[in-house]
Amino acid sequence: MSVSAEPTSVDPRRNGSVPADTGAARTDTLRPHAEHAFADELAALAAQDDRPRPARWRLSPWAVATYLLGGTLPDGTVITPKYVGPRRVVEVAVTTLATDRALLLLGVPGTAKTWVSEHLAAAVSGDSTLLVQGTAGTPEEAIRYGWNYARLLAHGPSRDALVPSPVMRAMAEGRTARVEELTRIPADVQDSLITILSEKTLPIPELGQEVQAVRGFNLIATANDRDRGVNELSSALRRRFNTVVLPLPETPEAEVDIVTRRVEQLGRSLDLPAVPDGVDEIRRVVTVFRELRDGLTADGRTKLKSPSGTLSTAEAISVVTGGLALAAHFGDGVLRAGDVAAGVLGAVVRDPAADRVVWQEYLETVVRERDGWSDFYRACREAGA
Amino acid sequence: MNGGRSRDAGEPLLLGVRHHGPGSARAVRAALEASRPRVVLIEGPSEADPLIPLAAAEDMRPPVALLAHAVDEPGRSAFWPLAAFSPEWVALRWALEHGVPARFIDLPATHTLAWERDEEDGEEEDGEDRDGEDGRTDAGAEQGALDEDVRVDPLGVLAGTAGYDDAERWWEDVVEHRGAGKGDALAPFTALEEAMTALRETYGSGGHGRDLIREAHMRLRIREAQREFEDGVAVVCGAWHVPALRRRRGVTADRALLKGLPKVRTDVTWVPWTHRRLSRAGGYGAGIDAPGWYAHLFAAPDRPVERWLTKVAGLLRAEDRTVSPGHVIEAVRLAETLAALRGRPLPGLGEATDAVRAVMCEGSDVPLALVRDRLVVGDVLGEVPDTVPAVPLQRDLERTQRRLRLRPEAAERELDLDLREETGAERSRLLHRLRLLGIDWGRPAVSRSGTGTFRETWRLRWEPELAVRTAEAGVWGTTVPAAATAKAEADAVAARGLADVTALAEHCLLAALHDALPVVMRVLADRAALDTDVAHLAQALPALVRSLRYGDVRGTDTAALAEVAAGLAERVFVGLPPACAGLDADAAEEMRRHVDAVHGALGLLGDAPAARDGRLRARWRTVLRTLSARDTVPGVLRGRAVRLLLDEGELAQDEAARLMGLVLSPGTPPADAAAWIEGFVGGSGGGLLLVHDERLFGLVDRWLTAVPAEAFTDVLPLLRRTFSAYDPGVRRTLGELVRRGPGRHDRADTAVAGVPGFGPGVDEARADAVLPVLRLLLGPDGDGETRGERVGVRR
Repeated sequence: MSVSAEPTSVDPRRNGSVPADTGAARTDTLRPHAEHAFADELAALAAQDDRPRPARWRLSPWAVATYLLGGTLPDGTVITPKYVGPRRVVEVAVTTLATDRALLLLGVPGTAKTWVSEHLAAAVSGDSTLLVQGTAGTPEEAIRYGWNYARLLAHGPSRDALVPSPVMRAMAEGRTARVEELTRIPADVQDSLITILSEKTLPIPELGQEVQAVRGFNLIATANDRDRGVNELSSALRRRFNTVVLPLPETPEAEVDIVTRRVEQLGRSLDLPAVPDGVDEIRRVVTVFRELRDGLTADGRTKLKSPSGTLSTAEAISVVTGGLALAAHFGDGVLRAGDVAAGVLGAVVRDPAADRVVWQEYLETVVRERDGWSDFYRACREAGA
Repeated sequence: MNGGRSRDAGEPLLLGVRHHGPGSARAVRAALEASRPRVVLIEGPSEADPLIPLAAAEDMRPPVALLAHAVDEPGRSAFWPLAAFSPEWVALRWALEHGVPARFIDLPATHTLAWERDEEDGEEEDGEDRDGEDGRTDAGAEQGALDEDVRVDPLGVLAGTAGYDDAERWWEDVVEHRGAGKGDALAPFTALEEAMTALRETYGSGGHGRDLIREAHMRLRIREAQREFEDGVAVVCGAWHVPALRRRRGVTADRALLKGLPKVRTDVTWVPWTHRRLSRAGGYGAGIDAPGWYAHLFAAPDRPVERWLTKVAGLLRAEDRTVSPGHVIEAVRLAETLAALRGRPLPGLGEATDAVRAVMCEGSDVPLALVRDRLVVGDVLGEVPDTVPAVPLQRDLERTQRRLRLRPEAAERELDLDLREETGAERSRLLHRLRLLGIDWGRPAVSRSGTGTFRETWRLRWEPELAVRTAEAGVWGTTVPAAATAKAEADAVAARGLADVTALAEHCLLAALHDALPVVMRVLADRAALDTDVAHLAQALPALVRSLRYGDVRGTDTAALAEVAAGLAERVFVGLPPACAGLDADAAEEMRRHVDAVHGALGLLGDAPAARDGRLRARWRTVLRTLSARDTVPGVLRGRAVRLLLDEGELAQDEAARLMGLVLSPGTPPADAAAWIEGFVGGSGGGLLLVHDERLFGLVDRWLTAVPAEAFTDVLPLLRRTFSAYDPGVRRTLGELVRRGPGRHDRADTAVAGVPGFGPGVDEARADAVLPVLRLLLGPDGDGETRGERVGVRR
């Protein structure tokens, strides 16, 4: 299970924790890069890959797809699946890179955007470290180039005084660059990507030179499509990307699984006392989130209005973690409906006017009638009062 | 002739196809061009032979379907749909264009329809006899209802052997995506025949038991043609049948198989068809996923993917999305590389769709749904010439008209129906169903003889154009009820507003279309769930409740309706209080009407055996209380809520008086207070309330005299509107009360014995005057007097 649900904003490098069963390489680093962690698999794939490879690709597109989706090689080497989800997503992503188009991975928090982008870069270029982390303060230098001012002052402008950005290096070396959280970057800085993507050159007017991209250069960007306060991509930039939306976990079971695992990990790191039998409550939170998100009840019989919030898996995790803390510190140590109700309410009702109606309608028409949910109904009514 | 396998002289040219396969259609055309047969035999019901020339008619435009139906039972029918890209259609047109006779050689529908009748053990018979066989891969398993054994899906087996998990895709890769005109025109058929032969050797008839009989019939017809035309015979049939038709079998054995088959009198005709109905989504169990895509593949002279993506770009542009030629270029590249990655010879619909999503739609599925609806399925509607034989719907209508003794007459006449009688009810249903189908033979008129719910008045007039309408309505079904049901379902899905769907639900009940109700109800519930405008919901509720009552009168089952009505009411309850805040005068007035309508509807719902009835009423009262107590709610709504609560007996008169006093106290702006009064005593019965409750009247009176002069001109129009709506009698009584002066109600407040709100003391003489009438009404004995006392004023 590689669909990770860790909020990207905490620490992008850690997003998508390495699943325990994938046999991470034992090194001193807290978290090795994908190309190191899965070096064996990449080597095995490269050794047996007889299909044509695009220029400077470490693997053929077929092998890249196998690397992400998992499979068994002719010699019996087992490739673990890195991404569990629709095959189509990976196929379109790999094909996009192979056709020399930039790839934009979109999705709500917790859909493994960063994870997929890192592994794609590792499989294609053998290097996932050419990374620009997008924030509201990302300057143009992070995407184009900066200057080593000591040298600049001492020797005047020259290539030696230039500090290349990861994107510039990727262009020069024909590798894959990554831009994380593209929509957090201010719009004018975003647009400096346009020339790079369309002309495949990066002019350096100070020197009267330019860096031309070598074959094999490409760019993978990730962005959160339902977050607030984002800088919408300009249509000129958008045109230069092929967009792949990473879907939310397809089945409730998969989502419950992700939530449970992440909650356990978080609980351990927060030193919360172990809470038994939380699965029922987790299942309930996931069901509520899924139903409201999809605008459809789990049995597929009743349509619902959707609230304005994203209700991502990551939020479900934080609701459950909050509930656990409540249960551990103020309750009897058992996760109950009352512990999660307030959190659910907070996640659903983002817009006090419209979302409250949505939530009340959901409570009255769906939750109230459901067998075994009366405690949750009562708790939610109390929380909403 | 140069078939891949050497054909003996006199042996027929067998072209095995997949129905609705554009690749097969191209191949058939090429093969016919190459071999120039003297007669073309096509798999299809034999009695349709006389209809073949119509296929060449000027205004015959595919998709069309051959429709066979039992003459005495128009509901029993079978369709053979043909699109422009169907190999059968191509063969038919080729024959007609080249002046070569064409014939249908399958077992006559008279037998297949009779089989169905004999199988009347209720299993769903969707009439499409051909579905289960040969090319259509999806049907194999699902159509098991028709047959005893589990059927073999021949293409599924072949695709599985080739390592594909999806038979459609395998067929596309191997057959449909072959470019035209490469190599030997007959080679694909030879290869396919070999594969099918191997399959049939393994699986025999594959559980398609009746295929043996059909194949026997086809063999006999082929032999007949061979005697006539010797070696110039070409046969277009499902690939599955080819090996069986190739085999030599004795004529006598075949004849024996066909002996004693059941028969039913059958008529055959052409009917227009649509792409939507060809597609699986259209509700006909079997069909093809993407008729629009297939039509495109068939029509595109070359570069199908490029042309397709250009088409998609055009559609998206028409919908105001910016799609540049650059997008198309990138989409084509993506689709082609994707096909290579997936190991397909050419990009198919799946690759094209993925490319459109990633390049043109920014990863979103919303515009893709549009592409699917408009292009992948498509809105193509077939046409048939006027000269085709009558459609079964027309026959069914004529039969029903005869049975119900309702003559179609050109002169207008009025028809009164008593719904308690069987004939009356049936006539009403027929007229309502016809209206649903757009055949406005009868129009509802205002009844002259009373307005009971068991009476209906219609104005009937049969105009010649209604015959045309009937023919048009033939696409919906073969009998009036079936067609009306299909039409109602389609209308429900296409309906724009919530109110349209409720009206449709009402109509369905009137027309007794029980089968359509579940679909309509589902659409209704969905629309209600997604509609954020409380006003729409409030509008829909009364109509729905009215339908419930009609349903009661007509003895239809309305449980589902009651469920939806209850759900709708719940949503109104949740949404109403926030929606009532901060409205201007006009909006408040409109909302007041909605509140009244909901209140009335809930009252009616109380009479119906609706689920959750008691709780609904209780919750409604809670909502009214919330409204009455909230300051942000406009006065007219608050006043109305108090009034409704008072009428319900939920609010004591004292409490109502207190609330009124509160509003009419000097702290409230006069305009707001006047609005409150309008809400409270406006409408029917409001005046009487004031007449009978002197305390309320006194409050109004005192407030009105205290309104400052400058504010008075502002509130005057409102008050005038409120009071002018009363009956003249009530107005006069109120005037008299005012003239009597304010002194009286001061005493009213202190009265001890009076009923709250009534004046003290009783005018004994006037009370006594009532008693003789009461005695007359209640009975002559002494008992009447005591009862009269109890009912009347207390002494």
